[in-house]
Amino acid sequence: MTAAPAVEKAEVKPDEEFPGIAAPDTRKGYGGYLVAPEHLVEVVTKLRDEAGYNYLSSATAVDYLEEGKLEMVYHLYRITGGPALVVKAQTPRDKAVLPSLVPLFPGADLQEREAWDLYGIRFTGHPNLKRILLWEGFWGHPMRKDWKEPYFEEETKPFDSRWPGGAVFRSEQHNPFGHNVKYPDGFTLEGWTPEADKALYAGLGTVTDVNAGSLKTDQIVVNLGPQHPSTHGVFRIAATLDGETIVDLEPVMGYLHRNHEQIGERNTFLQNIPFTDRLDYLSSMSNNLGYALAVEKLMNVKPPERAEYIRVIMVEMTRIANHLWAIGFLLNDLGAFFTPALYAIQERELILDVFEATAGSRMMCNYMRFGGVARDLPDGIEARLNELAFERLPRKVDELDAYLTNNEIIRSRCIGVGVLPAEQAIAYSTAGPVLRASGVPYDVRRADPYSIYDRFDWNVAVRYNGDVYDRYLIRLDEIRESIKIVQQALRDLPGGEIQTGKPQYQVRVPAGEAYGRVDNPKGELGFYVISTGKPNPYRYHVRAPSFINLTPFGEMCKGHKVADVVVILGSIDIVLGETDR
Amino acid sequence: MTTLEKPVSDLQVPDDIQPNIFITTLDKIYNWSRRSSCWPMMFGLACCAIEMICTAASRYDLARFGMEVMRPSARQADLMIVSGTVTKKMVPQIVRLYNQMPEPKYVLAMGACASGGGPFKEGYNVVSGVDKYVPVDVYVPGCPPTPQALLHGLITLQRKIDQQSIRNVPWYQPGASEPIPVPILGPDIIDPRQAPLLRDRAARGLSNSLTVADRVKE
Ligand code: SF4
Repeated sequence: MTAAPAVEKAEVKPDEEFPGIAAPDTRKGYGGYLVAPEHLVEVVTKLRDEAGYNYLSSATAVDYLEEGKLEMVYHLYRITGGPALVVKAQTPRDKAVLPSLVPLFPGADLQEREAWDLYGIRFTGHPNLKRILLWEGFWGHPMRKDWKEPYFEEETKPFDSRWPGGAVFRSEQHNPFGHNVKYPDGFTLEGWTPEADKALYAGLGTVTDVNAGSLKTDQIVVNLGPQHPSTHGVFRIAATLDGETIVDLEPVMGYLHRNHEQIGERNTFLQNIPFTDRLDYLSSMSNNLGYALAVEKLMNVKPPERAEYIRVIMVEMTRIANHLWAIGFLLNDLGAFFTPALYAIQERELILDVFEATAGSRMMCNYMRFGGVARDLPDGIEARLNELAFERLPRKVDELDAYLTNNEIIRSRCIGVGVLPAEQAIAYSTAGPVLRASGVPYDVRRADPYSIYDRFDWNVAVRYNGDVYDRYLIRLDEIRESIKIVQQALRDLPGGEIQTGKPQYQVRVPAGEAYGRVDNPKGELGFYVISTGKPNPYRYHVRAPSFINLTPFGEMCKGHKVADVVVILGSIDIVLGETDR
Repeated sequence: MTTLEKPVSDLQVPDDIQPNIFITTLDKIYNWSRRSSCWPMMFGLACCAIEMICTAASRYDLARFGMEVMRPSARQADLMIVSGTVTKKMVPQIVRLYNQMPEPKYVLAMGACASGGGPFKEGYNVVSGVDKYVPVDVYVPGCPPTPQALLHGLITLQRKIDQQSIRNVPWYQPGASEPIPVPILGPDIIDPRQAPLLRDRAARGLSNSLTVADRVKE
């Protein structure tokens, strides 16, 4: 299936293989290996080709202000399963340069651009290093610890000025412009020109000889979005067209960049849970779980049995709701305007009713806690869940399947469109249904098990063609698998506690780093959290599946028609809250 | 026209207010037709947009208010539901879309973010409420507002429409209405209306980069 090496070593110790180049990270609570930047490419190549670490899950930066260093952290995995190998490289803050890993792992592309945008690390050898979440011309690299936002009050919450008993004021009062803005001193509009989209358009590929074919056509650049009915939010696509065919295409994002990570580093650990709801706002329950797992790793607590089961039930219900939505809106993009979506939304509403009764909110559940869940299931909800899982949902999925799968238009619009071969899917670090529809049976629930998934009888859904049609089918498969898991969890649901220890507002998190990952409906959602023992995380990074799944989007679209672009995008199933964070 | 004329003759209306009777009755028809076909723009920003879609779906059924016709083009829309966080990178487009909408036009700020920045207010890329740039008619609180809350907001908007009169609505006043200047992406988002303020501060040598913490200290 994949290019895994013939002899796979059980464990690799880079420090033994590369003496003097790689050294174990000995900081308290840390793991992985520190690699000298000039040898980074060499080490990672060897790890990939000889040790089988061929899947770069996450690449992110950390600012160690006191040491004057910026650090890139890479989480490498084997696509056959197993734990991570963490590789790190450091560079001085004032002259931050690191080699790019894009030639090795094209999946590092957008992630390195993010690190450049927010941390100001230059990557030599990166083919397209420009800002991604902010715009060209933005003043500074905002995630650096010494960069202060205009509404900055204190490093960490709760702010003394506001709690307890502080004076309440509106931040606007304290800004001379009455807005959330700051400019370099002496800045005026006279004699200044905005950079606008020059860099974007310059980076778009073109056909050298437009008129090589028999028909004389013009090559044009078009923009879809950010306001467009089929971009699933404020997503923008810049594409060069030859007639109606896509020559080159680049996703443009950041229109919903809400500074999740920076706000997360000011928040206390617990305050971040409701913020994770707003990442992938269609599956808040699973986001909660991913973050809770990362922090639980650091705190070393385990939720009680009942809580584990409730978590699984909620998360799988979320997956069903999300996939229903994804299928409905994929059909929307195909032109079956709103009718299939209405059927899908109808079922989703019933699941949301369960969430509302249990967690108190339909969408933003804020339900998981470190070491448990916030509330027990209320009376009558188990019966409701049973009815859904054993009776209604299986029937409705079959119904959707029967109406849609063999529809002639769907087949002719989807089969063979937007193909992503398995090798590329791995190299591009795609995850979730996108990866599995390309024939790679990689599911974090199996490959690196968490929670109690090892107790249930279920299959990793996999399809082999990697086109839009398979990405549609795999979502149906996954709904069926999820229903199976929910049925078993409901059957075995034990009684007892739902929270280890007393619920606390301020949790003690020992110093160290942790990477918690879950298989979200959209793909692998990872949380990289660093604690220094204080009430707030020092670093809080989200490995967003919607963001990274977009890396091969341009490749998938090339050669297809404009109308296929929205369909391919729909089949990747992104949500902008998570893409832009 | 008989139904319109009849009460006039019955009530013995004095000559000088005769035209008003006609106007108020016309207002009723005019407002009724506008309030019952207020087409929103198909335009979602963030999490709140999901609840907006749910409101349009079968359970909550926006069609009951004549509002189910979501228009993808700003040129055909009457109502802009700002459903989500307004970021600095996005606000130039929002203002442009607002300018493109034909009058009469209304803006509904859905959720905490659109109303005032919401949970992400302190973020460096977040605008503290869409009303910093475009005028808002109805604010709907919530994060996200439930579909019921959005419906209530829309009914509130209908009430507002009911109270308007053809004689003083801005779009029937002489002269064209001014478009809102589109913000520019520079070192930070720039409202062109603040160009004189920037010039003035530069001339006086005042700092533009102090944070709230610095100012509270001062
Ligand atoms: S108000 Fe809440 S739900 Fe609405 S966009 Fe803002 S964060 Fe999302």
